[in-house]
Amino acid sequence: MAADVEHGTTFTVVPVRRYGQIVLAGVVALLVAWLAAAGASSHFINPAVVGQYLLNPLILGGLANTIFVSIAAMLIGIVLGVFFAVMKMSSNTVLAAVSGFYIWFFRGTPVLVQLIFWFNGVPAVFHDLALGIPFTDVIFFSMPMVAFMTPLAASLLGLGLNEGAYMAEIVRGGILAVDEGQVEAAQALGMVSAQTMRRIILPQAMRVIIPPIGNEFISMLKTSSLASVVTFGELLRRASDIYSSNLFVVELLVVASLWYLLLTTVASIGQYYVEKRFARGTARAERETPWQAVLRNLMKLRR
Amino acid sequence: MPQATRPMVRAESVHKRFGRLEVLRGIDLEVQPREVMMLIGPSGSGKSTFLRCINHLEQINAGRIWVDGELVGYRQVGTTLYELHEHELAQRRAEIGMVFQRFNLFPHMTALQNVIEAPMLVKRVPRGKAVERARRLLERVGLAEKADAYPAQLSGGQQQRVAIARALAMEPKLMLFDEPTSALDPELVGEVLAVMRQLAHDGMTMIVVTHEMQFAREVGDRVVFMDGGVVVEQGPPAEVLANPKHERTRSFLARIL
Repeated sequence: MAADVEHGTTFTVVPVRRYGQIVLAGVVALLVAWLAAAGASSHFINPAVVGQYLLNPLILGGLANTIFVSIAAMLIGIVLGVFFAVMKMSSNTVLAAVSGFYIWFFRGTPVLVQLIFWFNGVPAVFHDLALGIPFTDVIFFSMPMVAFMTPLAASLLGLGLNEGAYMAEIVRGGILAVDEGQVEAAQALGMVSAQTMRRIILPQAMRVIIPPIGNEFISMLKTSSLASVVTFGELLRRASDIYSSNLFVVELLVVASLWYLLLTTVASIGQYYVEKRFARGTARAERETPWQAVLRNLMKLRR
Repeated sequence: MPQATRPMVRAESVHKRFGRLEVLRGIDLEVQPREVMMLIGPSGSGKSTFLRCINHLEQINAGRIWVDGELVGYRQVGTTLYELHEHELAQRRAEIGMVFQRFNLFPHMTALQNVIEAPMLVKRVPRGKAVERARRLLERVGLAEKADAYPAQLSGGQQQRVAIARALAMEPKLMLFDEPTSALDPELVGEVLAVMRQLAHDGMTMIVVTHEMQFAREVGDRVVFMDGGVVVEQGPPAEVLANPKHERTRSFLARIL
């Protein structure tokens, strides 16, 4: 029995001490400090060179190209993804099978292989790109394949088609997550399936689809560096172009990495706000954002 | 006056199977304009399925159903039935309102948006007119001040009343209710039944699948008791509910009351 104290006494609470954790944290901190010291004392990295190339016009151009090709490939992927997701859920066996094959093929082969295939393989197999009526000699338009398959075109095709296959599965998952009663309610109101899909199903599927799209986009910002192998002048390609002449290899890789980190950080923040927008009608939409929390606390400080 | 004698709904030996399970085994029924028909029966008796066949949410396997003189789901030429195109089906469904057990409101839209969506999309009603009408309907179901609330912010009873307003916005000639109060907390049942009572009073043709016997007795013009995929007994509510002729009706009512 504890000693009796007066009714309504305020007690002091002593939290439990986790000695194991404290020791472990000390060891980890030491390791990190040791690594940092090793990095700082090494002669491989010259911080001045990093600073000098961070805002180099070639690098900034590469940065712009990375942003452009990532967004464009993502948009291609989303459009293809919605298209093939709906197609895969079709009651028509041929449509479903073709979509299934597309997803199977483009998810099952490495993006790097696909990029090289579009850039080097396709022009080697097909001499001309022609638009006409199949199985006849009628041709409206024709151009040499090498002229069409520029590094940009190959990058967009490779990254976009690959992304489309992943997006198709993400979109399909989102559509399947929408309650069947929603379709029935829409049908009972006289909507046809295209209207139901556009106005009722997809907007609700978006809530499920948006978080993985954000992850896919962040992943795409980095995967786009693979386009360097088809000589597309994105961030990594520009960095490697520079270091192959001045031999500051590590410094330029650091420059590129800093930009990639900035891009993925900005994208993560953007993802948060987009998710919030699509959470309309749920409790999640009403919670305050971190930015609102900061503002609220600042207001408190001023008082 | 042929218009006055034409039934709003006519079902002729309707059969429906789910795989090998025969859910409807020959339903013959007529519902007159302005009539309120109460469909009662144990769960699995086929009453909800029959309701869903009327607006072709379920396809029937044999028999025929007419709504306001038009064959549901098919065009008949001689002895051949041609399945209707999706757009024709949608057009007919637009004239039949349906209220579901689990409300099925569109969760990404406010109450007002739920009500104006179909008139604008399906009937091409201009936005201003649709909004004006929707506000009147929300007022009629007692939810004028909830126009901008999302379904998740409403109680079950309020959601179901919005769902009724949404169906009414299409100006249907027939309303189907599929156990509209079964998913509600007991204290919320009354507000939904009050709206339906008013609707019946205003002369709407209604088919209501329900377990609310008191409501069926007070509001129904006719009670139809279904069991095992057939109509066992039907007649004025007072008769069927108070003096059932069939043993199956009696035992069902004994269990539920």
